Amino acid sequence: MSAVEFRNIDIVFGADQKGALRLIDEGRTRDEILKATGAVLGAAGVSLSIERGEICVLMGLSGSGKSTILRAINRLNEVARGAVLVEHKGAMIDVARCDEATLRDIRMNTVSMVFQQFGLLPWRTVRDNVGFGLELRGTPAAERRRIVDEKLAMVGLTNWAEKYTNELSGGMQQRVGLARAFATDADILLMDEPFSALDPLIRDKLQDELLDLQRRIHKTIVFVSHDLDEALKLGNKIAIMEGGRIVQAGTAEDILLRPANAYVAEFVKHMNPLNVLRGTAVMRPAASLPRQGDQVVLDKSGRVKVTVDAQGRPIALDLDGRVGRLATADGEAGRIDDRLAFEADCIVAPVDLKLRAAIELKRHTDLPILLVDNLGCLAGLCDDDEIYRGLLRRLDG
Amino acid sequence: MYDWLTEHKIPLGIWLRDFVDLLTTHGQSVFDFISLVLGGLIGGFTAALLWVPPLLLIAIFALVAWLVHRSVGLVVFILGALLLVTNLGYWQATMETLSLVFCATFVCVVVGVPIGIAAAHRPWLYTGIRPILDLMQTIPTFVYLIPTLVLFGLGAVPGLISTVIFSIPAPIRLTHLGISSVPPALYEAGKAFGATKTQLLFKVELPHALPTIMAGITQCIMLSLSMVVIAALVGADGLGKPVVRALNSVNIAMGFEAGLAIVVLAIVLDRVCKRPERRSRKG
Repeated sequence: MSAVEFRNIDIVFGADQKGALRLIDEGRTRDEILKATGAVLGAAGVSLSIERGEICVLMGLSGSGKSTILRAINRLNEVARGAVLVEHKGAMIDVARCDEATLRDIRMNTVSMVFQQFGLLPWRTVRDNVGFGLELRGTPAAERRRIVDEKLAMVGLTNWAEKYTNELSGGMQQRVGLARAFATDADILLMDEPFSALDPLIRDKLQDELLDLQRRIHKTIVFVSHDLDEALKLGNKIAIMEGGRIVQAGTAEDILLRPANAYVAEFVKHMNPLNVLRGTAVMRPAASLPRQGDQVVLDKSGRVKVTVDAQGRPIALDLDGRVGRLATADGEAGRIDDRLAFEADCIVAPVDLKLRAAIELKRHTDLPILLVDNLGCLAGLCDDDEIYRGLLRRLDG
Repeated sequence: MYDWLTEHKIPLGIWLRDFVDLLTTHGQSVFDFISLVLGGLIGGFTAALLWVPPLLLIAIFALVAWLVHRSVGLVVFILGALLLVTNLGYWQATMETLSLVFCATFVCVVVGVPIGIAAAHRPWLYTGIRPILDLMQTIPTFVYLIPTLVLFGLGAVPGLISTVIFSIPAPIRLTHLGISSVPPALYEAGKAFGATKTQLLFKVELPHALPTIMAGITQCIMLSLSMVVIAALVGADGLGKPVVRALNSVNIAMGFEAGLAIVVLAIVLDRVCKRPERRSRKG
C-alpha cells in the first residue's frame, strides 16, 4: 500500500494559474509558460506512488521541481490541480483539498520534515529544538523530555542537549534536525536536500546513519537530492525530474541500465556502477545457458558443467570428467573463507551480490561465480565477460 | 499670476483648526477619559517612585543593574550619578521625568508593537502607515503641542501624548523590521510541524524579532527622554521644568545643573537598557 501518492499534480507559482494550466495542457515548456502568463511552472503532470517503508529519492538539477513536489506533501506548496494522497490514520487523505484542522493534524502527527538549511530555532537549546513539534502538539513537559532524550540518544547528541544550536557543527545541527523530525513519530519523513549543506565526509557518514536508522524504524522517506551518488545509495526508488516533470522513476539499477531518455543517460553517464548493479542485472541467466540433461554448461568449449538437482540447486561440478569443488560466498558483500576458496573450482554466491563484490571475489579467487537465488536455485552465471559488460553497461548485447 | 495665487489662499490651517474644534465640542468626553487614565497612570507611578526613600531606591537601582549586567563599573557609575543628582537637589524632578519616560515607553510598546506586527503581516498596511510615521517624526513638536494642549488641557498628559507621538515610530518600525526579517526557513519549519498562526507568532516570529524589538524600545526610551523639555512647556513636571525656568530667567547655574541631571539620567538609562551579553556562544 502506498503511503504517499501524487495523482497528476500541477503546481504553478504566480497569479495566472488558469492560463498556465491551459498552456500545460498544450504541452508547453516552462519558458513558454513564463513568457505567456508570467507564472512559473513548478511541476506538471506529476504522478508517483511511494510505498510504505520505502526511501524514494526525488532527483534532478536545481529548478527541476523536486523540492516543489516534496513540499506539496505537507502543503507548504499549494497544488493547482490534481491530488496528493497521504496515508493518515488508516485513510488516504488528499492533502491538497483537506481542511485546515486535518492539515494541521497531518503535519503534527503523520508527516515531518528535515530542511536543507536545518531550520533550527537559534534562540532555543538543542533539547527545546528537538521538542518543538511536540510542544506545538501540546505534549506535557515530562513526556516531552522523555521522548526528546530518547531521540537525542538515537542521533548521538545526548551530551549536547543544553547547548544552543549555533554552538554545534553543521553535521550536528542536521542531527538535531533529524531528531526533531523523528520526535513526533511521524510515519512519513520529508527530507529536502538534508545533507547538501554538509561537507562530503560528514554527508557520507550521515547517509550511513540514516540507512542504519531506517533499518530499525522503517519510515516512509521522501528524499530530495541533486546528487546521483546519494540518490543511488539511499533510494529504493528514484524519480528523476526535469523542468517540472518526472522523466523516469524506478530502481537504481533500472535508471542506470535503462535510462529513459538522453537527459537521464547524460545524468548517469559518469556514475560508478560498482555499488549499484547487482548479480541479477549483469549475470547470464541460467535459462540462457546451454543444458545437457541435468547439467548446465558453463564455458564455451563445453568442458565445465554444473549438475543441478530437481529443484535447480547446483550440487556438483564436472570439469571435463573430473569432479570439481563448489565453495559458497555469503551475503551481498560476497564474503568467503580463504582456505575454502583456495581449494574450490567454482564459487556459489547469492544473486543480489553487488558488482563490486563480484569483482573482488573474482580478483581474489579467479574462479567463475554461480549465482543462486534465496531458495538456492541456480539463477545465472557471472564471469569475466558478464562483469566487463556490466562495467561498460552493455547488458543487452 | 503671483497675485492671484496669494489672494486665493487655501485655508489649510483653518480647516485643521475647525477639525480640532469639532473634536473638542463632540469628543470632549473621550479625551477627558483618556486624560484621566493617562493622568492616573503617570501620577500613580510618580507617587510610587517618590514614596520609596531616595537612598533605598538608588540602592535598588544599583542592585537591579548588578543582577542584569554583572558589571562593577556600571554599578559604581549608577551610584555616583544618582547620588550626584540627589545632591544637586533634583531627586524629585528626576523621578518625575523617569515616570514620564516609563509611562510614554509603556504606551508606545502597548500600542506600537501590535501595530508593528500587524504591519509586518500586511505589506499594504505598512505602505499606508509609513508616511504617517515619517510625519510624526519630522513635524516640529511645537505644532502638535498646540492641539494636544487644547484637547487634553495643561499638565502631564499632553506632555505624555506629545512624547508618545514623537517616539512611537521607533518601536513600530523596529518591530516591523524584526518580524519581517524572520527567515522563510524558520516559518516553514514552524508550519511543517503544524504551528497555528498564533503559535507561529509566539514561538517563531516574536522570539526571532525580540532583539530588534528591544532595540526599538531602548530607542523609544531615549527619544522620550529627549522630549522632557518640550513636555515641560505644556506643564509636565520633571527635569524639563527647571530648564525652562532657567531659560526664562537667564539662570546659567540652574540651567546647567538641570541639563546635567538630564544627561546623567540618559546615560544611566542607556547603559541599563543595553542588551546584556548573551550566554557565551561560539562565533
